[in-house]
Amino acid sequence: MSTPRTSSVVRALLEAQLRLELRTFESLPAMWLFSVTAFVLFHFGLNEDSLSGNLASGVLWVTLLLAAILVINRLYLADAEQGGFDGFLLSPADRGSLLIAKVLTLLFYLAAVELVAVPAFALLLLEPSLGQALPGLLGVLALGDLGIAVIGALVGALAIRTQSRDLLGPMLSLPLLVPVLLCVAGATAPLFDPAHAGAIPLRLLVTLALYDAVFGLIAFALFDFLLED
Amino acid sequence: MTALSLRGVTRRYGERTALAAVTLTLPAGQTLAVLGPNGAGKSTLLRVLATLLAPHAGKLEVLGHPLPQESWAVRGKIGLLGHEPMLYRELTARENLRLHAKLHGVRLERVGELLALVALERRADEPLRTLSRGLVQRVAVCRTLLHEPELLLLDEPRANLDPAACEIVEPLIGRASGKTRVLVSHDPARALLEADLVLGLARGRTAFLDAPAQLDPQGVAELYR
Repeated sequence: MSTPRTSSVVRALLEAQLRLELRTFESLPAMWLFSVTAFVLFHFGLNEDSLSGNLASGVLWVTLLLAAILVINRLYLADAEQGGFDGFLLSPADRGSLLIAKVLTLLFYLAAVELVAVPAFALLLLEPSLGQALPGLLGVLALGDLGIAVIGALVGALAIRTQSRDLLGPMLSLPLLVPVLLCVAGATAPLFDPAHAGAIPLRLLVTLALYDAVFGLIAFALFDFLLED
Repeated sequence: MTALSLRGVTRRYGERTALAAVTLTLPAGQTLAVLGPNGAGKSTLLRVLATLLAPHAGKLEVLGHPLPQESWAVRGKIGLLGHEPMLYRELTARENLRLHAKLHGVRLERVGELLALVALERRADEPLRTLSRGLVQRVAVCRTLLHEPELLLLDEPRANLDPAACEIVEPLIGRASGKTRVLVSHDPARALLEADLVLGLARGRTAFLDAPAQLDPQGVAELYR
């Protein structure tokens, strides 16, 4: 027996997480359905056939954030209910490897949701063409997803140890995600404005990258304490 | 060498004391049987020894390492077989064991070897939720032994196992394994046969601690009244 390498442990945990989702197919369909339904509700609620600029950006990102909350609440459910936490804690594996695996799992979920949600949004609500905005949008999505994944993995670990995890997850993650929302919505708005397509404010992207990095460090520092008794 | 050394180990859940000032020493290679009614603190004791719960008072050394300060050094040397199998229901036996093998840095061939030892090769690629409790318990035995632990913490290890399955796992987790064992049991007669030292717990407190031959059968029976 040798000390397990962190990369090998992360790969094993991620593989198990994805297998669990592919076998049960519980989270992804819910996220897809939620996103598309939200767009339909916005379509009727705002009484607009198409949206652009700040409004379009806000609708897209609020929908993606709320869809992410669905999976953040379930991220550690199988571990908590089926003893996966204890199994992991009994091993000599580095505790941080579970955090990394959960961040990667959330990134996978978010990418899979966006594959459906972004085209659906373009089809149902977006006024300018998606094709023009897509290259810039992919960059904003990547940075935004990273922020959501890091915060979600940390908050999920905190909430799962409590009785009121269904409430605590959204109550903790939504306020922490406000700065992410400010940055991604601000960075996406020019992409959805037909007059200024492509001009992303770099300041917002740098702020978002810094927020992601700072939260990543905080998550890494706190994660051990969350798992220990 | 001393495998376990507890001096006044106490663990509370809020106001309730689950384990109160337990003191004992167990040499390596011996078996400690822990007896007591439901809620006596047996499972709490196992979780404290497994580093999953930290003691609130007292001094505790497992395999020569003080806990919780050196928990990291003990993990990987202990195998806990508890009420929960610690396995994912949607994964197969093989997938679960491969995951744990990677968590412990164990070569993957060991998974196949253990599955063969517990006669589970034929069902190893079926999701756990389709297996009976007895078969899941056999997989849990494999999970406990994957990393060849020095100390086995066994909470009702034969639960759900039929006599044939008990015979299969006996050389792995029984006295014949030669490992240091802490055995929680609701079957005093069997536990006394297996143990070198017997700890009786009642409401978290030590009711008796002695070699099986020195124990008063009346005292053991009273523990459950």
